[in-house]
Formats: sequence, C-alpha cells, structure tokens
Amino acid sequence: MRPSVDQIWDWLGAVPDPEIPVISLVDLGIIRDVGYDGETCVVTVTPTYSGCPATSVINMEIEAALRDHGLERIELKRQLSPAWTTDWLSDAGREKLEKYGIAPPQPAGGPEKCPNCGSAHVEKLSQFGSTPCKAQWRCKDCLEPFDYFKCI
Amino acid sequence: MADAKFEALLRLGDNALILGHRVSEWCGHAPVLEEDIALANTALDLLGQTNLWLEYAGEVEGKGRSADDLAFLRDAWDFRNVLLVELPNGDFGQTIMRQYLFDQFNLLNLRALTESKDTRIAEIAEKAAKEAAYHVERSRGTVVGLGDGTQESHARMQEALNLLYPYALELFITDEVDDEMAEAGVFPDPKSLEDAYLVAVAATLQEATLDLPEAHFGHRGSGKDGRMHTEHLGHILTQMQWLQRAYPGQTW
Repeated sequence: MRPSVDQIWDWLGAVPDPEIPVISLVDLGIIRDVGYDGETCVVTVTPTYSGCPATSVINMEIEAALRDHGLERIELKRQLSPAWTTDWLSDAGREKLEKYGIAPPQPAGGPEKCPNCGSAHVEKLSQFGSTPCKAQWRCKDCLEPFDYFKCI
Repeated sequence: MADAKFEALLRLGDNALILGHRVSEWCGHAPVLEEDIALANTALDLLGQTNLWLEYAGEVEGKGRSADDLAFLRDAWDFRNVLLVELPNGDFGQTIMRQYLFDQFNLLNLRALTESKDTRIAEIAEKAAKEAAYHVERSRGTVVGLGDGTQESHARMQEALNLLYPYALELFITDEVDDEMAEAGVFPDPKSLEDAYLVAVAATLQEATLDLPEAHFGHRGSGKDGRMHTEHLGHILTQMQWLQRAYPGQTW
C-alpha cells in the first residue's frame, strides 16, 4: 500500500536544510506540493535563490529520504512561480533559527533583535553573508556578530 | 518567432553568464572580506539566472542543447551579451560601477518581463527580479558611498563612469529581434525602459556627487547581436571553457 500524502509531508518535515540543518525543508517553505501521479510520488520544490548551490543537494536529500522509507517511484518537479518568499518560513522554523543564532527575516528588512542577547541595538555589517540567503549584522550591546536571514 | 525568442533568451542568459563570471574573478581578491563574499554571492545569483534563461533558450531552439552546452560549447561569435559585461574588472570601483549600471537595467527589464505573454519567461523574471532588487540596493549604495567618499574614491568612480557609461547605452539599442519580441508581447522594447533607467541613474549619480560624462554616445549594438565583441570576451572564454576545450564532453 502506498504511504499517504500526510505521511510523506511528515517524512519531509524531518529532512534538514543542508546549509541550516536546524530547520527542515518543510520549515523553510520550499516544498510546494506533495501528491501522486499514478503510482509515482511527485514532490514539487521551489528554489530559494536561483543560484542557491544547495538546490541539487536538497533534491538529492528528498529523494534519499523517501527511498529510505521505501518509496521507489519518485519525481521531483521545480516550480518557480509564485517565487519563494521568506514569508513562507514556518513559525516553528523562525523559532529554531533564532535559537540557533540566526535572526529570522522581518518585514522591516532588518533583524528585530540580537539572537544572542535580545538587544534591539543592532547594525548591519554587510548585505551578504555566508550564504545567498543571509546578511551579516552585529549587536551593539553584546558585540557579537550574527547572521540575519534576508527578507525577500 | 522561435529564432527571435532564442536570440532574445541568449541575450538575457549571456549577460548574466558573462557578468557572473567576471564578478566571480574577484573571489579571494576583493579589498575586504565582506565585499569578497558579497561579490561571490552576486555572481552566484547571476549564474543561477543564467541557468534558467539558457535552459529555456535550449528548449526553444529545439536542438537538444542544455544550458551547459550553450555556456561551454559556443565560441565568442555566438555570444549575445552586451559589451559592458565583458569589460575587465578594473579596480573595485570600476567593478561596482559596472555592476550598478547593469543591475539598474536588469531590475527594470526583469520587472517588465514579469508581464511577458510567455509564462515561463514571466516566472523566471519574477524569481530573478527579487534578486536583482537586492543587487541594486547594494551596488547603488556602494556607488554612492564611494562617489561621495574620499577624493581618491570619488576620482576613481568618476573615471569608471566616464569609461562605462557609453557602454551602458548599448542596452537600449534595438534591432529586429527586439521589435519582433516586443510586438509579440514576449519581451519589452528596450527603448521603453530607457527613460526610467536614465532617471534612476541620474538620481544615483547626483547622490554620489558624480557627473554624467558629456559625450552621450552609445556604443553600437554589436555585442547583443554578436557582430563584434571586444577582445576581452575571448580571454574570458579561455578561462571559463578551459575544461571543455581541453577535455571535450568531460563531466563529473
């Protein structure tokens, strides 16, 4: 018997993002759809950034995870529109990011507070950080630099 | 129609590819670590956009060529990028000025392309426009910072602008490919973007205390239609395509 769509969502919810392993692919909001086309399990994925080097690794990990659970016929589809936005990060994902030391994206365009000490006195160091999805900021109170998940 | 669309897609893809490659040449050489990372990330976005455009170009052409085939197995005369993006990096200021002059166009063009009657083009543009907006924010800010900076940085930015501005105007020269695509509602007429571009650039330059060069001539559209490239493109390709030239068909 084939596993239910809900079951597959659960399994994907346990696949970590390769660059920020504290959040899952589902937390990140890049899994657009899960369904069946006949007996083939179709997972629709959207890229975060078009040049994101993790995209191929993500596809590989989705496939590996589903194969581990016994699925054999798997198809991965790419969907560009509507374009991924940081609004799709789940609330659970935001919390996990902050605990990990990465300030979650804010509509205002900058971090709300330092993820380490909670101070609101923060300043931007650079618009780009260690990955295309992050920028570098610094706390003016605890003086720690931190990553901010860019808002797009 | 298919031919014109293929050509027009190559122009988009090749602009992103060649500029992305140029910017990546800074990797490990930028003046400060933050800028090194920023340039590498910008290059990465551009290469990602290249992949989407060239993949579609290959499909439209219908000869089974992949994005990689188009990037690595063509020679200089088959490239359709504007001359601006193949110019050498120069100093950091020149690189940033070129980036701004291109980013500003890229953003306007991509936003217009989100209205394309070709849904695939509209979807790629929707994705890429978000990245381009971020790029403009940064390159514009850096142009202003360096232009309205020290005497030395100001002079270098003015020099970069004098060199690059005439090349930027090639972006607005139209030919029959543009006409056909604009009529079909697939691509915007480049001329329709020119006013908005000039206004945006003028505002940036004013804030950067830089003056537009007096000679308002644009280089004739020889890069985008492939009639003639600068000597620099061939040198880029010897680097970029080295592996495929030395070991044709090699994969990993």
